[in-house]
Amino acid sequence: MPPTNGSPMIDVKNLTKWYGPVLAVDDISFHVDRGQIVGFLGPNGAGKSTTLRILTSFLPATGGKATVAGFDVLAESMEVRRRIGYMPESVPLYGEMRVREYLTYRAALREIPRRERRAAVDRVAQRCWLSEPEDMMRRRLDQLSRGYKQRVGLADVLLHNPPVLILDEPTIGLDPAQIRAMRDLITGLAAEHTVILSSHILAEVEQTCSHLIIIAGGRIVAAGTSGELRQRVIGPNRIITEMKGAEPNVLAADVGGLDSVGDVQVQRAGNWTRLMIAANDDSDPRSAIFQLAAKKDYTIRELRREVASLEDFFVQITYEQNTQTTDQSA
Amino acid sequence: MRKTLIIARRELAAYFVSPMAYVIGGLFLLASALWFFHSIFIPGRQASLRPLFEAMAYILTFALPLLTMRLVADEVHTGTVETLMTAPITEAHVIVGKFLGVMGFYLALLATTLVLLVLMAIYGQPDTGVVTMGYLGMVLVGALFVSVGLFASAMTSYQLVAAIVAAGICAAMVLLPQAVIATGLAPWDRLASRLSVMMYVKDTARGVFDTRGVIFFVTTSAVFLYLSIKTMESRRWR
Repeated sequence: MPPTNGSPMIDVKNLTKWYGPVLAVDDISFHVDRGQIVGFLGPNGAGKSTTLRILTSFLPATGGKATVAGFDVLAESMEVRRRIGYMPESVPLYGEMRVREYLTYRAALREIPRRERRAAVDRVAQRCWLSEPEDMMRRRLDQLSRGYKQRVGLADVLLHNPPVLILDEPTIGLDPAQIRAMRDLITGLAAEHTVILSSHILAEVEQTCSHLIIIAGGRIVAAGTSGELRQRVIGPNRIITEMKGAEPNVLAADVGGLDSVGDVQVQRAGNWTRLMIAANDDSDPRSAIFQLAAKKDYTIRELRREVASLEDFFVQITYEQNTQTTDQSA
Repeated sequence: MRKTLIIARRELAAYFVSPMAYVIGGLFLLASALWFFHSIFIPGRQASLRPLFEAMAYILTFALPLLTMRLVADEVHTGTVETLMTAPITEAHVIVGKFLGVMGFYLALLATTLVLLVLMAIYGQPDTGVVTMGYLGMVLVGALFVSVGLFASAMTSYQLVAAIVAAGICAAMVLLPQAVIATGLAPWDRLASRLSVMMYVKDTARGVFDTRGVIFFVTTSAVFLYLSIKTMESRRWR
């Protein structure tokens, strides 16, 4: 059943995948709505590629159910394949073919009528900056640089104008300028396509995607918009201050006495006392701390709010996954 | 059908720009020509390509596996199988398409041996009917070896393994029945002669049309193509 406007373009329920004895995807569920760009974020080996391959119906899941554009990836595989454009991580191409030849071949496989193939190829070439330089379309694929190969890969998935694009690590191996160009291109696709892309680089996904799904060890660790995630994973504000003028425990007690302050940790930094303060809820106790210091005549040399980033969170879960894998193999 | 032809065309085009295909094709022609001049193109001999067809069957046992080894194995090895099998296309389209593609290249290769025929026609009168049957036999035995090669290529992502397995199966099909026939043990020798690739090749080389031969080649080729499709489908479950 094709989706009506309200139903999600990609719907994944309790998906599980075992490779023999290895559990690659562990009971994950999520959905992607029409027009969203969703970033699938996770360390290497988290199960990103496996999940994407299941969505493209390239691999069968061991358990659970996934639908793309309303079609079951297992039972209605052909319908799913007609509606997706999938770019695998390594962007595999036939080295001996030429760019136009390859795209025309792919257009034919994608059931684009013969008369419309040339126009389709020209359209995606234009869109993916393959029309410059002029001989680009005649070059052999094995002679292209990584960046151009990636563009050919992307041009390929856009040929039949599919409602769903599944891109596995679309910016891996690109230089910074190419990454930016690729990012702009993907952002531009959101108007007509629903995009799900994977990455192990947070910054990149944060900039491109409206929604993030963080996956580690085959499980979804967190999901939501980057704002939501930030709030959820980072918790309340943390304030760092260094002051002197009294014994450390006195300073800690004074600061800890403020309304907006929760837990206070003390550290010595030479003559100075470093206080690490957890704020209550969303409050920002910096001005209160400053006024307290002014009143009691303490000297402050640092007073800042620690901007904990998603990056920290991400590094942490990556680290946790790695230690877990080491434990298992030990 | 249309998708099968799309695959076939790409495969055929790939052979024509592949140095490997030219090397193998060149060696096949060289071996055939050497045999031709060594044992046929001699004044006083009968103007018949019969010994050449028999020799070519042996040469093909090793030449065709080298031509077919990359067909599926390379797609898996380089990962192009991922883009291929996420397009709306079935394994049957792919296998049959690839089969037709190689057969196209093989027919082109076979056609070049017509030069030898022309050479012979200048100095003698080869029998058209016999030659036609001989070539039909070559096409049939080629189809069998190509499907065996496809099957072997679908089993592994290593081209070399695919080539060795395919050559092994082809050689077994050529040599084993002959060995059994040589023992003269009834009823096995009769059974073996019905399953002998070389018996049928010898028949066609002599200009004999034997329906059993045609049925043998067509069914065995079909069986190996079917096995290739199933092997390729099984990739998902491995």
